[in-house]
Amino acid sequence: MKKAGILMILGPLFLLGLYVFPLWNIMLGAPQYPDPLGLNIHINGLRGVSEFDIQNIDGLNHYIGMHTLPKAEEMWEFGTFPMVIGIMVGIGVLIGVLGYLGKVSYKWFLGWFLLMSILGILGMYDFNEWLVDYGTNLDPNAIMKLTNPDGSPMTYKPPLLGHVKMLNFDVTSLPSTGAWLMFMGMMLTLVAAFMGWKSTKNQN
Amino acid sequence: MKIYNHLILTFGVALMLFSCGQQNQSSNGALSSSAAEKVYVAPGEQDEYYAFLSGGYSGNLTVYGLPSGRMFKEIPVFSQFPTSGYGYSEETVPMLNTSHGFVPWDDAHHPDISQTNGELDGRWIFINGNNTPRIARVDLSTFETAEIIEVPNSAGNHSSSFITENTEYVVAGTRFSVPVPQRDMPINEYKGNFKGALTFISVDPEHGHMAIKFQLLMPGFNYDLSHPGRGKSHGWFFFTTYNTEEANSLLEVNASQNDKDFIAAINWKKIEEYVNNGGGTKMPANYAHNVYDEHSHTGTSTMRNEVLTVDPTKVPGAVYFLPTPKSPHGCDVDPTGQYIIGNGKLSADLTVHSFDKMIAAIEGQKFDGEAYGIPILKFEDVLAGQVKSGGLGPLHTEFDGKGNAYTTFFISSEVVKWQLGTWEVIDRKPTYYSVGHLMIPGGNSRKPFGKYVVAMNKITKDRYLPTGPEMEHSAQLYDISGDKMELLYDFPTHGEPHYAAGCPAELLTSNSKKIYRLDENRHPYAVTSADGSKVVRDGNEVHVYMSTIRSHFTPDNIEGIKVGDKVYFHITNHEQDFDVPHGFAILGQNSSELLVMPGQTKTSVWEPKQVGVWPFYCTDFCSALHQEMQGYVRVSPANSNTELKWSLGE
Repeated sequence: MKKAGILMILGPLFLLGLYVFPLWNIMLGAPQYPDPLGLNIHINGLRGVSEFDIQNIDGLNHYIGMHTLPKAEEMWEFGTFPMVIGIMVGIGVLIGVLGYLGKVSYKWFLGWFLLMSILGILGMYDFNEWLVDYGTNLDPNAIMKLTNPDGSPMTYKPPLLGHVKMLNFDVTSLPSTGAWLMFMGMMLTLVAAFMGWKSTKNQN
Repeated sequence: MKIYNHLILTFGVALMLFSCGQQNQSSNGALSSSAAEKVYVAPGEQDEYYAFLSGGYSGNLTVYGLPSGRMFKEIPVFSQFPTSGYGYSEETVPMLNTSHGFVPWDDAHHPDISQTNGELDGRWIFINGNNTPRIARVDLSTFETAEIIEVPNSAGNHSSSFITENTEYVVAGTRFSVPVPQRDMPINEYKGNFKGALTFISVDPEHGHMAIKFQLLMPGFNYDLSHPGRGKSHGWFFFTTYNTEEANSLLEVNASQNDKDFIAAINWKKIEEYVNNGGGTKMPANYAHNVYDEHSHTGTSTMRNEVLTVDPTKVPGAVYFLPTPKSPHGCDVDPTGQYIIGNGKLSADLTVHSFDKMIAAIEGQKFDGEAYGIPILKFEDVLAGQVKSGGLGPLHTEFDGKGNAYTTFFISSEVVKWQLGTWEVIDRKPTYYSVGHLMIPGGNSRKPFGKYVVAMNKITKDRYLPTGPEMEHSAQLYDISGDKMELLYDFPTHGEPHYAAGCPAELLTSNSKKIYRLDENRHPYAVTSADGSKVVRDGNEVHVYMSTIRSHFTPDNIEGIKVGDKVYFHITNHEQDFDVPHGFAILGQNSSELLVMPGQTKTSVWEPKQVGVWPFYCTDFCSALHQEMQGYVRVSPANSNTELKWSLGE
């Protein structure tokens, strides 16, 4: 149970990477953008992969009536997410320490993992909602109002995961370093729970 | 797949050969598929070398890729350039200021890339204006002219603009000797009275700013070309001379009488020391120093009124003459600094002097008389060897860094490869036609990149489709990686390239700027946010603070301008995206358009002469809505009371 406790302390610490590395990354390449424009989604705001990418994405998107990318203060998520992550890291490490000392059982480890998973799924859901709004809530006076072959207005929701061809742009959306660190950290807590369960079983 | 491509290529080239062969029987029948492959840079791929070819009478500098021979850019230097507004915009007019007023043209000859420890460092490229003597410095991160300094007491600034091996100095020598200081005197009193000024311009190691350190006032010969010593001969500079006869008329005959003219060897370190210790004479002068600031996007011209001159006889051991046959033209120093080559243009042979022998002769005080107090060394004492080439009219020599030299022969239209030390001719290849300079990237440094040589010719005739009496000049590219040179390619060049400079592409590509930062724009009339746009009247001067972004001007409607106003359009491009310039042109503009790079501000003056509503528009197809990027200026009669107002989207 001591080893499991150590893993349970380490796992949540991986989430601290989210304060440094982007959670998600969306790249937009086109023939006239051989160096693609890129958007890094951090838990506390959006940043361009290169310095002026956000300005240039906004500049292009104004033709099709998309709103400008939100600044950190314009979305409650960018204030809340860092707090949620901080609290979850704190709770996780505390559970790990208590587990190491034998005060709590592996079920607490599992509990943290499940709570984090639910929060993660909720976060993804929220992120997708924003993508839908960003890609479909268009200025009615847009310069270019394009329609699909069936006559419906064309919308520009970037994919949550994977690649989509959007007008002249190839849009690729993938988890980035922060997400991979979070994934590894959560896996560690799952392993911790498993090891805790095994040691508990052996003791019995 | 590779083999398949190869086959297509070979087949394609075979077709080209077949179709062209009949038109031009004189072309190289040995053009092989491998030659085509060597110059073929596939779509989307990039060249291996940059080549900067002087524009000669275009006054500018052109940028090419090697081996493809594709032209990438024309950099305006000494000539007005309506394409970008250089020399027309308020910011760049000062760059062409001189003591003779605004001079919108020059004859640009000899580009030279800055060096550190004798190797190309790719920071700047210098080039001389021949006619109204000037030296320019072009920044190789922006590929724009950053500075121009006028050279007083000079005329026909031809033995220029060559740099010392740590870019301590850029050197400018006069081709035409003149009275110094200039004065009203009979021309036929030239002999003994005119002077030839050799000007050493110091280069600030950090910013590149130029300042005349001293002018050496030499006897009134013609100082034709020059090159720095390097390695062991660093600290010396060598100039070819002709017209040591000091003729002032019919020079083609009268300046060709002496069997030998001189190469002047200048120990500039010694003169620098002399000057640093208070030597030299300050002389009143009048010359312009024009500096372009990358952050204010503005050039400033300052008149200087003094120059430090040095009498060569006052600095013992600083200047010697090396007798060199037959009005030598090119003066070239090999990568080790040991050999100084005099290309005797009226001769069949090349004269090679030895630096070591020169030093020994100086130390042994073995002189063969003097000219105007300057010791003349004995020809035999300094001679390293002669290249019996069999060609006619040698002009210029470059080096491959592998112990070989390549010399152009103007009269016999060929490039001759020979070996340093043995003086044996290894190979010769024809040029088309009457070649002047040649260029090996880094060929004027300690470290040449001996893969290609470019020969720049004076006569084109039948090389391309005819375009009437006037044709662009022609260049030939040769592969020099093997024992024998191989002619690969012909390409037309712009203006009349004299010398050129080249370097590996990677030396410059990563430093090449993509945009100017808007947050670093310190132009006094810049608008850094669209809501800062405004129109301000000051008497009959009106300043329009205008911004551009895809795809509109802010403001795009202006009223309250009157006939007789002087309207300054200050255009700031708000784009921060690579390769998105906006242009500005307004009907009746008496100058040129402006082409404004991202983050930059440029100004055009418009003086409306007629009442009406006049359009302006973006001249660069910037975006899908480029055609919509336009606006109107309402011009009212001079005595009207139309309110000054401006707007966008109202």
